[in-house]
Amino acid sequence: MSADGKESKSGFRAWLDHRTGLDSLLRHTLDEPIPGGAKIAYVFGSGLLFLFLSQIVTGVFLAMYYVPSADHAHTTVAYITKEVTGGSFLRSIHAYGSSAIIIVLLLHMTQTFLYGSYKGRRELVWVAGCVLLALMLGMAFTGYLLPWDQKAFFATTVGTNILSEIPWVGNGLKELLRGGTEMGTLTVSRFFVLHVFVIPACIFAFVAIHVYSFRKAGAAGPATEDPVSPKLPAETFYPKQLVMDMGFATLIIVLLGLVAYFWPMDLGPRADPADTQFMPRPEWYYVPVFQYLKYWHGSTALLGILVIPGIVGLLLVGLPFFDRSLERRPWKRPISVGLFTIVLLGLAALGVSSYRQDMRNPGVAAQLRAQQEATKEFMNAKFEPELSGSSLSAQNVALSNPEAAKGKEIFEAQSCNACHGDNGVGTAAAPKLVGVGAKYDAARIAALLNTPSAKMTAGGMPPVQLKDDEMKPLIAYLQSLN
Amino acid sequence: MPQVEPVTQKQSGDPNRRSFLAGLLAAGSATVGALLAIPLVRFTLHPVLARTTDKSWSDVGKVDEFQNLDAPVKKLVTIEQRDGWRRTMTEKPVYVSKDAQGQLIVLSAVCTHLGCSVPFVEKERRFICPCHLGNFAPDGTLLSGPPPRSMDRLETKIEDGTLKTQYQFFRQLTHTKEELA
Ligand code: FES
Repeated sequence: MSADGKESKSGFRAWLDHRTGLDSLLRHTLDEPIPGGAKIAYVFGSGLLFLFLSQIVTGVFLAMYYVPSADHAHTTVAYITKEVTGGSFLRSIHAYGSSAIIIVLLLHMTQTFLYGSYKGRRELVWVAGCVLLALMLGMAFTGYLLPWDQKAFFATTVGTNILSEIPWVGNGLKELLRGGTEMGTLTVSRFFVLHVFVIPACIFAFVAIHVYSFRKAGAAGPATEDPVSPKLPAETFYPKQLVMDMGFATLIIVLLGLVAYFWPMDLGPRADPADTQFMPRPEWYYVPVFQYLKYWHGSTALLGILVIPGIVGLLLVGLPFFDRSLERRPWKRPISVGLFTIVLLGLAALGVSSYRQDMRNPGVAAQLRAQQEATKEFMNAKFEPELSGSSLSAQNVALSNPEAAKGKEIFEAQSCNACHGDNGVGTAAAPKLVGVGAKYDAARIAALLNTPSAKMTAGGMPPVQLKDDEMKPLIAYLQSLN
Repeated sequence: MPQVEPVTQKQSGDPNRRSFLAGLLAAGSATVGALLAIPLVRFTLHPVLARTTDKSWSDVGKVDEFQNLDAPVKKLVTIEQRDGWRRTMTEKPVYVSKDAQGQLIVLSAVCTHLGCSVPFVEKERRFICPCHLGNFAPDGTLLSGPPPRSMDRLETKIEDGTLKTQYQFFRQLTHTKEELA
């Protein structure tokens, strides 16, 4: 395309090029010189761009069914996962895509670091890259809440609680992010807006800065190359590097597709803020941070949560400013390479110790297993459409029966709803009561309330001792639940 | 690390080979892109293709209460409809009446003309549509007025002494009864 750039073009192409300058732009892109030639090591950047595009496309499609509100978020994600054709697959691609981005980001960063490719007038490339890393972590954090299942809810509760450790402004920040003191429907809206509009817009901007400043400074080439005035003969981006980049993109999408197909992303039971047992565990890439935060409490919290991460972050972002030497070969840069390795190993060690702690503590391990069971059970259950609020609900019809209405009061006064959920919809702690009327008659329900079965007792159900004039309405209410 | 070929600043190779490669890459990406688009298209078309048409039976009332029917009685049936991830429960008026053989029938109260709700006028002993004065006999047979056909009968069945019906919508303004999904 370069050698024969002035070839005669057909009418339409000539016109289009005249109006848009597309050809010269394309030529400029494809003829980017790479000192020392194309290398597999350079594929990660474009791999990230490809993954980001995949996230945009799958995200836009998921938004076709998703509703960002505490009432509907979980139902709509369950609908996508269980009913919509290809929904589970697309959602899995999107959800695992975030993990893939973190992995490729780490590879990209490590490659850039080891090759010293941030050196020699490339400060802006590096800084924009660091901002992109933070933005991607923000995407992962905000996206995690959106399905509004148990783990999403509790992981985000913990995640946003960390903010309140920051002195002076911490609580204000937390409330700003949550849209109130507690997690609720406003939190979903805010996270949705951040995840879908604000952060992606910032990512676009910083990708532009990153790529532009990279092209301005030029490809750095291998670690032995002079970062300012390259000496090695250059090869153009097209065709070899382009083919490698495309091959890498294909590899990514094939791997993602296989994982999404054979191990689809699951969805847990709907978030139940009243649950006091649930133990949230973050996604793997947040586990080291999660573990790290465990060590800082009370008076040292400030040091651990603000000062140390602040220093590490500053060192990372400011790297090309502190490290001004033009020496790129990693074996000649023991201090920075050593520090980088220590940080990476430290993060890995934190992650491993977190998993080991969970496994060693039998109580925690049992609870985590129970949570997994609950998720599996929810995944196996058929999709249950949500009863629209505007439709005349069976419950209200039933409650026109004054006896049942009184029973509802007793149900709540006895705190039955604490475990069985409001309107007996069930929670993680106790099964739903909706439909018991169809399963058991009044006498059987009364008997079970008086003397719960062994299985019920094991589940924590206490015997209910009520006088007849309260027991009757309660049973009437239970029978009305369907 | 791949072998770095001896390279020159400008790409070598003859233009034909290069544009052949470009074509190959373009075709390859187009194919992969098309493959990737398949799940997206299926995802989008889901509500159009996988329409849930399973009609549900709604209770109309106990058969006993209709035994001595001498005029159509209005009943509200609760119908459940799926709307994507939600279901709505709405009440629709139907009339329970008897056909010429004395069998129980259930009529949709939706006028076959333009869809107004048709009331039974006791005094005239017929259904009279308030909109354009379509007249129907107690068993729903068209007597006079603009409606193109008689009132629509709904599927019924009797289970455990309960009359049940399958509520449906039908196309308006046609001579024959056509179901709407
Ligand atoms: S709508 Fe009933 S007569 Fe026109």
